Amino acid sequence: MFNGLVNGAFYALLSLGLAVIFGMLRIVNFMHGALYMLGAFAAFALGQLLGLGFWPSLILAPLLVGLLGVVLERGLLSRLYGLEPSYNLLLTFGLTLLTQDLVKQVMLSRFAVSSAPYSPPEVLSGVVNLGFVVFPKYRLFVIALSLVVCLVTWFVIEKTRVGAIIRASTENPVVTRAFGINVSLWVTGVFAVGAALAGLAGVLAAPIYSVEPYMGAELIITTFAVVVIGGMGSILGSVVTGFAVGVLAAVGAAVYPPIANTLVFILMALVLLVRPSGLFGLPEGAR
Amino acid sequence: MNKTRTAILALTALLLAPATSAQSLSDGGVKVGVLTDLSGVYSELSGQGSVKAAQMAAEDFMKANRAYAGKVSVIGVDHQNKADVAGNKAAEMIDRQNVDLLVDMPTSSAALAATEVARQKKTVAMVVTGATTALTNEKCNKYTFHYAYDNYMLANGTGTAVTKRGGSSWYIIYPNYAFGQDLNRQMVSAVQENGGKLAAPSDATPFPNTDFSSYLLKAQSVRPKIFGTMQAGNDLVNVVKQYNEFGLKKQGIGLGIGLLFETDVAALGQDAFSGAIATVPWFWNFDARSRQWAGRFEKAFGKKPTWAQAGVYSATLQYLSAVARAKTDNSDAVVKALEGYSFDDFFARNATIRPQDHRVLLDVQVVQVKGKSESKEAGDIYKRLNTIPAAKAFMPLSENKCRM
Repeated sequence: MFNGLVNGAFYALLSLGLAVIFGMLRIVNFMHGALYMLGAFAAFALGQLLGLGFWPSLILAPLLVGLLGVVLERGLLSRLYGLEPSYNLLLTFGLTLLTQDLVKQVMLSRFAVSSAPYSPPEVLSGVVNLGFVVFPKYRLFVIALSLVVCLVTWFVIEKTRVGAIIRASTENPVVTRAFGINVSLWVTGVFAVGAALAGLAGVLAAPIYSVEPYMGAELIITTFAVVVIGGMGSILGSVVTGFAVGVLAAVGAAVYPPIANTLVFILMALVLLVRPSGLFGLPEGAR
Repeated sequence: MNKTRTAILALTALLLAPATSAQSLSDGGVKVGVLTDLSGVYSELSGQGSVKAAQMAAEDFMKANRAYAGKVSVIGVDHQNKADVAGNKAAEMIDRQNVDLLVDMPTSSAALAATEVARQKKTVAMVVTGATTALTNEKCNKYTFHYAYDNYMLANGTGTAVTKRGGSSWYIIYPNYAFGQDLNRQMVSAVQENGGKLAAPSDATPFPNTDFSSYLLKAQSVRPKIFGTMQAGNDLVNVVKQYNEFGLKKQGIGLGIGLLFETDVAALGQDAFSGAIATVPWFWNFDARSRQWAGRFEKAFGKKPTWAQAGVYSATLQYLSAVARAKTDNSDAVVKALEGYSFDDFFARNATIRPQDHRVLLDVQVVQVKGKSESKEAGDIYKRLNTIPAAKAFMPLSENKCRM
């Protein structure tokens, strides 16, 4: 059950980014899984090309992914605002396929592998005996760091002036603009932060899972379910549900393995029946 | 129209053929179709490398048999590891491109679909990379041959070797689909036949799956001598990565692997696998003959060959030499030339083609993965523990369910 928290941490980080992007910008970002994969790939590539270790990559890779987020939002997505949401869904989905194949080509031609090794840093390798279970140190670190990042993001958006500006910019751009705030800059910023969160999750995942072009594809579906269960756009909802789903899937896998992959969708169906706006979501009219 | 043209071409070929060559080829040549994964998860271990290997076999054969100079060609087709695509592509290759041999076929389900089409169209198929024992059992047929390996040989080799070396208790996990279930069954019986026991019943894991921590935690509490994983490809890489992460080796729990490809070891690094035992039909630096061929392949393709690619070369060459013996590419005649044939090439040692089920019997190697510090050169990953002779490596006829 405890080990479910690790997967939960990844779900939380990813769905947090998705929720921020959806809640603020109304973009259904299908590319989130690819951004996660790019985070892991960036960490691997930085290590191979520049000899950078885990710690610098932990900072640099999310920054790079965030930067790519800026390019994406400015260059492509911003052109679709005002159109139906299905346009940005299709665009991000297409970009995902493109990114995956591109990374595959690069990995095969530049590094001669299609799935790459990545080890946790020396300090965090090995296991600790927690009394009830022997657990890898690195996984404890992942849980702790994700919790901190989730809390900080939630705090910034819900409790600070920066958060207030972001929420205002997305709630009513015209009025906010009248206050002299550069709305489109904030929008880009939000997208970049969401992307960087996915990149961070990717770097954290690299020492646990194999770094390969399609590693995000499996995760993204579950992450979407998490966001829906938590309530589309709800920051707190996605974090809490992320961890909860991780634990639930681990319990499911232990009790009845075939159900582990479907459990989250069963949960989603049940939640939607009872609360169509998700566990932490507000009804559409109350926004 | 197409048939008329083929007939005319065949006639011209016959007329033009020098009197010394006695062969009669259906359309003036022999065409080898490499049905493989050119884009997906198995493209690295088979894929373009398999196509290259078949081309090398064709060239070598033509050089050695002047009568066939310029008459053997090779095409590579992507089946995407999907059964329906494999079936359609096989039919298209046979009907429209006049392919005489289908070879390679990774992924059991794709191999079963393609060989069924080949049976209907009376075309010889040599499965090298597909693993299921069904190909030589309930789904066996006159035109299908199973080369290189299968689940029985993997389980029998590794299960026996590991159990005899002190791996007396096992905890096994397997991916919950046909290949994994089959391999688990075979592995469990191999372990038990050699006096080993299960520390806990095997667990089915979701497929595909990335996180195996709950099973590793269970292994920690069950404390078997050997943690057996029947996962393949990327799932295997993840299992082994997490096996190391959870420090199971340090806790005295060894690793037994059902199906291991060279590419898996490359993906994770040798040290992660070091000490693990697996069974393979061949590896590139097995001996001087193998190295010599591997060197040629590396020169032509830029990478060391996997055993799947070496197997495609061998299967293609043996098919072509059967064509030469039969003096025709007529499938029935070639099948007759293949059945019961004994041979020995750089890949297939002491090989015989069993007529009853078309299983190609060959010596197989039980290997242990070397640590990085033990390897003498790039790609030197296996230490040979022992050789299982051809007669003992594969499912005995007494257990066989094939009715041809």
